[in-house]
Amino acid sequence: MTTTNGVASLRLISDEIDGFDLSPSDTEEVHVLAVDDSFVDRKVIERLLTISSCKVTAVDSGRRALQFLGLDEEQSVNGFDGLKVDLIITDYCMPGMTGYELLKKIKDSSALREIPVVIMSSENILARIDRCLEDGAEDFIVKPVKLSDVKRIKDYLTRDVNLGNEGRGINKRKARESCDLSSSPPSVITSSSSPSSPSSPFRSPSILSSSAPCSPPSTLDSPTSRLKMTISD
Amino acid sequence: MGVLDNQFLQLQQLQDESNPDFVAEVVSLFFADSERLLNDLTRALDQPTIDFKMVDSHVHQLKGSSSSIGAERIKNACVAFRNFCEEQNIEGCMSCLQQVKQEYCLVKNKLETLFRMEQQIVAAGGSIPMMELSF
Repeated sequence: MTTTNGVASLRLISDEIDGFDLSPSDTEEVHVLAVDDSFVDRKVIERLLTISSCKVTAVDSGRRALQFLGLDEEQSVNGFDGLKVDLIITDYCMPGMTGYELLKKIKDSSALREIPVVIMSSENILARIDRCLEDGAEDFIVKPVKLSDVKRIKDYLTRDVNLGNEGRGINKRKARESCDLSSSPPSVITSSSSPSSPSSPFRSPSILSSSAPCSPPSTLDSPTSRLKMTISD
Repeated sequence: MGVLDNQFLQLQQLQDESNPDFVAEVVSLFFADSERLLNDLTRALDQPTIDFKMVDSHVHQLKGSSSSIGAERIKNACVAFRNFCEEQNIEGCMSCLQQVKQEYCLVKNKLETLFRMEQQIVAAGGSIPMMELSF
């Protein structure tokens, strides 16, 4: 009670600093780093992200992505934290450094490993998807990327930010056996393209380790699917 | 099989007053990209010794970008093309290259006609309705 005045004046100051927008909600934009060697895809992903109210930086290679992130060849991060990146979305097949190699470098970096990485690929290859997810990718999108894909990722990201750091890692299925994190169990959906993939049954248990009521693989049309991170309905 | 699939509609949905030329810009990028790749492919298949890995890499890129704009027939032609690359089948590759070129010309024609018609409609004071994604 005695400090009410102090608190009130602090709040006024912070409103002024926030400036024009005095709404209490968090208006900080999600900043996404998009990595793709294709001009066409870069343009499309940039637009998809912008229209989803994300700030976008698009680069054409893994090397440039690492430079942007401040991770130079010596694996040290220079003090370049002016441009915080909230999400990295990268193509898998790129000359020089693949999206998978980029993923590994990011996850190996103590400074960057917390940044969620999403992989995109035109090829719906189960082994590839598995490997990326097991090595730390948050999600895997089969191209062509649609607005619904971006929306889903963004919803996951914003919700995650709101939850704070405990929310992070919810989709690290191998690490988390318990499901006290009741929101957003991973559920499995079919890929929109019909892949000519082998008839092997879908899942290795590690992905569906949460006890959430996911639809069983037998109901899926296609053996290979993207993982969908949504808030459970 | 349609020349342009659902993905093209997706792109159209991304266009609005703040970005009225989005589709045209993407398509222009696609044209430039494709023509470069088709030239590279022609050259690569003209070599005395063919580097099938490189050919495959070009086709993979073309497949990717055509898929991103919804050019379904080009994409499918690329799938067949890649199979021939894997088999190192020169004749198959040559034939696929021809087919890809044909499909590319077809798509280019259709898109250019589409843009021309849209421009005419807008110039005459009309507007282009947004298509509903109903499938």
